[in-house]
Amino acid sequence: MLKFVVPLIAFGLLVGVFIKGLDPERDLKKLPSPFLGKEAPHFDLPRLKVPNERISNQAYDGEVAIVNFWATWCVGCRQEHGFLMELSRTSDVPIYGIDWRDQREPALQWLSQLGDPYVASGFDADSVTGINWGVYGAPETFLIGKDGRVLLKHLGPLSRDAWENDFLPAIVAAEGNQP
Amino acid sequence: MSRLFLGVIFLLVGWSVWAIDTGRAFEDDEMQARYVEIISEVRCVQCQNQTIKDSNVQIASDLRREIRRLLSEGKTNAQVFEFLVQRYGDFVLYRPPMSGFSLLLWIAPGLFLLIGGIVAARVISKRMTMPLDVDDDEIDQVTS
Repeated sequence: MLKFVVPLIAFGLLVGVFIKGLDPERDLKKLPSPFLGKEAPHFDLPRLKVPNERISNQAYDGEVAIVNFWATWCVGCRQEHGFLMELSRTSDVPIYGIDWRDQREPALQWLSQLGDPYVASGFDADSVTGINWGVYGAPETFLIGKDGRVLLKHLGPLSRDAWENDFLPAIVAAEGNQP
Repeated sequence: MSRLFLGVIFLLVGWSVWAIDTGRAFEDDEMQARYVEIISEVRCVQCQNQTIKDSNVQIASDLRREIRRLLSEGKTNAQVFEFLVQRYGDFVLYRPPMSGFSLLLWIAPGLFLLIGGIVAARVISKRMTMPLDVDDDEIDQVTS
């Protein structure tokens, strides 16, 4: 009896590993963030619209917030922009932008033409903050908890799907602890 | 005409040097060697089958810049790798560390060989002690 059960279990486990490894839904280009559940890296950048003022993690201290890395050269950012505009009107969660590897002039033009969904944007021209946050392709969107920890990271344009299935439950859970 | 042709050839041959900051990063030979060693072992996170030494995408050049900065600040190779892993995960290393899930990958071949060996040894020794499936008369017939 054991003679058949043991190999069968081993085979079953192996099949399980293969199914997981070959899952067509799995996108190898999407790397998990090592910051999930950990405190978001510190940043301190000049503001995009007001260059002589600065913005840092303290801007959203104690509240749930979205940090969105964007740039004018980034096609995905244009795709998600409309949805970010909608969120800025309909959602209570503040959205902070970090204009990543970009130039100030086109970035300001972008915001005045397409609208500005951000409470404020930092200007990270040489990608120091980008690297500290493990960013490797805009757009990337982080959900930050009240305690400053990274709750979620979304790669690519933020879609309604991702918002409703991933972000909203996480936001409800994060807000739920305290009204 | 042939000059133009020659020029085009030179341009094509030299294509690869256009892309990347191939110049020396450090005056010091030892530092330069360490720098090249490190960037040859860091995966470009955007173009995943290249090292950041070979890649000309922006993120790779940003990472090279950070590595130059860290080295010139006197950081050790291990500290540089740690800096990268903290931000991008084990994935950036071309030689992943032997820990966690990757440990399983490292030991799996040996483990499978061991299991196979044990099973084979048991089957063979069992076969060898098994009584022959013939009775003595038949053996007599064959040997006589």
